Amino acid sequence: MSGPVNAAGEMTQDNPDAREVVLAARNVAKSYGQVHALKGVNFDIHRGQVTTLFGENGAGKSTLMKILSGVIQPTGGEIILDGQPVSFSNSTEARDRGISIIHQELSLAPNLSVRDNIFMGREIMGSTGVDFAEEERQTRKLMEELEENIDPLTPVEELRLGQQQIVEIARALSVDSRILIMDEPTSALSASEVEVLFKVIRDLTAQGVSIVYISHHLEEALTITDHAVVLRDGNMTAYAPRAEIDLEWIVRNMVGENYDLGSPPDTDMGQPALSVRNLTLPDPAGGFNLVDGLSLDVRAGEIVCIYGLMGAGRTELLETCAGRLRASSGEIVLEGKEISHLSIAERIARGLALVPEDRQRDGLVQTMSVGQNLSLASIASFTKGLFTQRRAEQSLIDASIREVTVKTSGPTAAIGSLSGGNQQKVVIGKMLATKPRVIMLDEPSRGIDIGAKAEVFRLLSEEARQGLAVIYSTSEVSECLSIAHRIIVMHKGRISAEFDSNVSKEKIMAASGESVAA
Amino acid sequence: MSAATTTASAADKKKADFSIGRLLLEGRAFFALIAIIVVFSILSPNYLTISNLLIMSSHVAIYGILAIGMLLVILNGGIDLSVGSILALAGVSAGAMMQGLQIDAAGVILYPPVWAVVILTCVLGALVGAVNGVLVSIFKVPAFVATLGVMYVARGVALLMTNGLTYNNLSGRPELGNTGFDWLGFNRIAGVPISVIVLAVLAILGGLMLSRSAFGRWLYASGGNERAAELSGVPTRRVKITVYTLSGMLSAIAGLVLASQLTSAGPTAGVTYELTAIAAVVIGGAALTGGRGTMRGTMLGAFVIGFLSDGLVIIGVSSYWQTVFTGAVIVLAVLLNSLQYGGGRKR
Repeated sequence: MSGPVNAAGEMTQDNPDAREVVLAARNVAKSYGQVHALKGVNFDIHRGQVTTLFGENGAGKSTLMKILSGVIQPTGGEIILDGQPVSFSNSTEARDRGISIIHQELSLAPNLSVRDNIFMGREIMGSTGVDFAEEERQTRKLMEELEENIDPLTPVEELRLGQQQIVEIARALSVDSRILIMDEPTSALSASEVEVLFKVIRDLTAQGVSIVYISHHLEEALTITDHAVVLRDGNMTAYAPRAEIDLEWIVRNMVGENYDLGSPPDTDMGQPALSVRNLTLPDPAGGFNLVDGLSLDVRAGEIVCIYGLMGAGRTELLETCAGRLRASSGEIVLEGKEISHLSIAERIARGLALVPEDRQRDGLVQTMSVGQNLSLASIASFTKGLFTQRRAEQSLIDASIREVTVKTSGPTAAIGSLSGGNQQKVVIGKMLATKPRVIMLDEPSRGIDIGAKAEVFRLLSEEARQGLAVIYSTSEVSECLSIAHRIIVMHKGRISAEFDSNVSKEKIMAASGESVAA
Repeated sequence: MSAATTTASAADKKKADFSIGRLLLEGRAFFALIAIIVVFSILSPNYLTISNLLIMSSHVAIYGILAIGMLLVILNGGIDLSVGSILALAGVSAGAMMQGLQIDAAGVILYPPVWAVVILTCVLGALVGAVNGVLVSIFKVPAFVATLGVMYVARGVALLMTNGLTYNNLSGRPELGNTGFDWLGFNRIAGVPISVIVLAVLAILGGLMLSRSAFGRWLYASGGNERAAELSGVPTRRVKITVYTLSGMLSAIAGLVLASQLTSAGPTAGVTYELTAIAAVVIGGAALTGGRGTMRGTMLGAFVIGFLSDGLVIIGVSSYWQTVFTGAVIVLAVLLNSLQYGGGRKR
């Protein structure tokens, strides 16, 4: 423990709200150009308590955490630490003041050992250089506290993802933080590892450490939290202590009152457009198959939702169909023709398009303009002989921008100037411009705001009405129960259940292997 | 320019203050070239004469042709360190063919005509380039390492072919029907050296390919984000092999031009030329991370380097200072590149 300890805080243990406020956000705002990631957020973090941030993808949780930990700087409002306004210019400054963060994406050096990762950048110096023995001793102690049997000298790349997460947590613990920010720490952990983590959190709070916790797993977070802050589209919609809240309250504040992503459209369902037979994709690292003998039919005009947890094999299934990954066995049949030997380009030409999950990594070319991104997948359609036809390309781009309603200053604008939702529409527009028969969208709602989400779903309904077969994957149950005619639940590479659109959320979650009881 | 549109849409208020700075930044290679010409014209009366400009341009031609290939590779997000060695190998191979190909089995010596020598040399360069491309795209060897290896191998083969010696007589003999090799290096059309015309034609073809052809779009896309390009149906592997092949072929053409200008072909020609070519591309505003850069910029970059070093020779500055100046220009160019792309990017 470092920093001043206020004796007054110790005396009023019982009433959570009366506890000393160590960190407070006042009207904190952050905008990137035209995009407002956060608008005027206010809340307090109390000493020795857990404050949980709730909100959907893109609500601004991670942005807020990065501001609190000094990774990025707010464009408005202030952060108050121990009653004094502070501004951190980087995360090291924040760490020196006792605030550390465990990022959602792991920030470990995979080639270094557990010990070296934990003490990276603040090595313990002895008389003859780094005191490795002392570092190793402290690492062992941390691992014991975390009840994890990891040797300090193991390279991080040899650890399971869950264990790597533990190392990340150990690193944050090793700096004696007063305020520890955890951004989705449990997403890669097994149930027993989560138990250990929660025990560690309780120990830490008993020692007076404040925890800021972010999780998509609402029930899980409710078991540990003392306060809840709910964000929606960059606004704080609610702030309350644990005693006053329940699951329903959180969901209502997260998604808003009039949360409607539409209903399944009336379409003329035709012949099966895409049929997958006994598709198997082995795990390159060994272990169980990522896609395990899966069969699926999607008809023209039908909208199918694939629900599953992280690692259920949704992305792998879609990428195998698109041709990025090669299946070891099984058939992929598009409108009656076997296509599993074709390249990605040939599959696109036959009418099978994929909108990938990670738009920054797989969807957009950041060095190109909005227009060039939109026309990228259909270059052949406006190329005559050796050269591209500018007018034909322009009309294709204009039609795309209109069709998917991209808000942009023009086709020549840089792709980075668009908001997340509009970037996603560009990726969808790019694939729709190839005039597909089947479109597969991997988590199309990831990181976009609720308005854009609704627009994307409306667009998909419209396309389905015109005979397009639509497959989309999601990890949010509420999105299953929107426009999909049929809901497929995946678990460990197989279809664990199949429902029509009248199913309840609980049934879907149960089939995914998610612990509903927790 | 994408960076310009970003600023324009982001801050209209700042637009007025920024436009002059932006203009200077965007056209930096052009303004640098103007500045170089103006300064040297003042320092030496001989600098700004048609004949001198043409002579300097024929020097630029060698670097310029290499830089065209280098630009293609750099746009793809790679690097080609082997161009200087391929240049030497091409020159030596052409020299060997001009001296006569001895075929022991048939007991004859073949003297191929010059056009055949040129074509065979280009094919050789393309093949070596294709080896680079296959190593990088199919065997996933990092471009830096793959082309570094090929750089040594090609240089070694060139030394082996000649035992380290130079072919001095490339003019051919009329009775063998293989004269005319020096045409590339010495002749002029309407007063313009052939080498400069070759550079101009290649640059225009390359520029059209980049800006107007589907291949150009594929190249920019796969250099900007290879994964996204692949998922959009761009044949990223083919693009990669093609750019290295073209770079190899252009190196061979540069080798022919150089050998023709010198009427000799040595195995040690073109050492460090790959670095000059990279410098020209970088000064021309291309990003080494791929996806950004233009043919116009690269040509300006090549002329900046060529006109600067020749100008320093003309005013009699020590060649050691030339090295210092060239280095300073490169560092400045990279600095301005990061300013331009760093400011334009959102995240």
